Amino acid sequence: MTHITYIEPSGNTVTVDVTEGWSLMQAAIAKGIDGIVGECGGSCACATCHCYVDEARLADLPPPSEGERGMLGNVSAERRPNSRLACQIKAGPALEGLVVTLPQTQE
Amino acid sequence: MGHVVIVGAGQAGVQAAEALRSGGFTGEITLLGDEAHCPYHRPPLSKAWLAGEMDAAQLVMRAPELLAKKGIGLRTGVRVARIDRPSQTLLLADGSRLPYTGLVLATGATPRRLPIPGAHAAGVLALRTRDDASAIAEHFKQCAETQLPVVVIGGGFIGLEVAATARKKGLAVTVLEAAPRLLGRVLAPLLCDWYAQLHRSHGVALQLDARIEAIDVNAQGHACAVRLAGGARVPAGLVVMGVGVNANDELARTAGLACERGIVVDACGRTGDPRIVAAGDCTARRLPDGTLLRLESVQNATEQGKSAAAALLGQERPFTATPWFWSDQFDKKLQMAGLSAGADAWTLRGPLDGPSFSVYHYRSGKLIAVDSVNAPMDHVLARKLLDGGVSPAPEQAADPGFKLGGLLTSP
Repeated sequence: MTHITYIEPSGNTVTVDVTEGWSLMQAAIAKGIDGIVGECGGSCACATCHCYVDEARLADLPPPSEGERGMLGNVSAERRPNSRLACQIKAGPALEGLVVTLPQTQE
Repeated sequence: MGHVVIVGAGQAGVQAAEALRSGGFTGEITLLGDEAHCPYHRPPLSKAWLAGEMDAAQLVMRAPELLAKKGIGLRTGVRVARIDRPSQTLLLADGSRLPYTGLVLATGATPRRLPIPGAHAAGVLALRTRDDASAIAEHFKQCAETQLPVVVIGGGFIGLEVAATARKKGLAVTVLEAAPRLLGRVLAPLLCDWYAQLHRSHGVALQLDARIEAIDVNAQGHACAVRLAGGARVPAGLVVMGVGVNANDELARTAGLACERGIVVDACGRTGDPRIVAAGDCTARRLPDGTLLRLESVQNATEQGKSAAAALLGQERPFTATPWFWSDQFDKKLQMAGLSAGADAWTLRGPLDGPSFSVYHYRSGKLIAVDSVNAPMDHVLARKLLDGGVSPAPEQAADPGFKLGGLLTSP
């Protein structure tokens, strides 16, 4: 289990025990976290699971694939250097304690 | 107040339910699903789910607690027998009645079966639901043990995705396509040929112009081969039929609503009955020129779900954005923006034998659609160009050095 903290658009904070190998999108959907949609089911095709990763931890994540970088061009909220798609981030020991902030809008 | 009943708990139904709430509806919402499962994502069914790389919890689209939190009452395993419009009541298959003040039909579609002998035999499967995909996955295991091939009938997206997953699992795969090209109705000819080559290079035995006559069954009644015109037999441990779907419009049709291979709706999801709207794969949208458009996609289900909910709330929210679709096969992601039907010219950006490229479809000199392979930036830009009615000249589209995004910001 990896502890991931989601900051919902309202500012509400929820910490979730995420099973290793699950994406941060899947875990958020399973827990009913607000501010994440995941319309395409994790196919990296819709850009509705946009999140901002704690900048201090960016280096703990594998860099975004070409496909993810492309789809980040279609996010609804402001794209920032720490923008990622939650469906492409898989939980594992390196991510323990990670905090991700969800944007005000996904669509 | 009131009570909105949504028939169908897939993408469109769930979106409609949530859009009703976010649109300010405070009455009761009942979401009826005919499957046993809570709402789940369909796109992974032909890929990661079929490959056994996901568990059921990862497939969940909306956690039941989240729906409950939003005041959406989910009832699974429920079939609707009939709509009684005069009394605004649904008759359920168990004999009970469910009154509504607003009704959303999001009934989806059902895979077709070829009208040939053996089409309904054991071992002949189609893919629509989670249970369908699980059954195919079980047969994959048997095919691995018996060393019998998987035969896919139909070289469309579903069939080709199943074929790619089967190859990934190390199974022998034959794809039989009746047309001279794979995906011939949706892609440019050069891309159809590229897909044929992609599948062949991954070891798929591909037969185009296949004239399928019957599915032979063994003594146990299980499909064992596909028989072609001329007598050739393709041995099979499993036959997957991917020959398209029929819209589930029976409920609407028997209730007297207009249906033409789908429930006829306007751009806002409205039917002829002001209390009934429809969304997703079950619909056929009437376009301004009078023709009907059927789309089967996640985006269409999502957008129509939202439009239909807004219509019930008395709001105008037409779905007019550029349609987009995708398909994952092997390590290639195809992303399509726009509708390419009627294209009369194509322009290629990037080499077909390179890691990524896009095909730009033109009709009478105007850009109407873009298909991108492993080129998500082209795809995202294409949606923006098409949404904005911006049409790059073919020579601009063909030049990878030309920044198409610059056309968006020009005055």
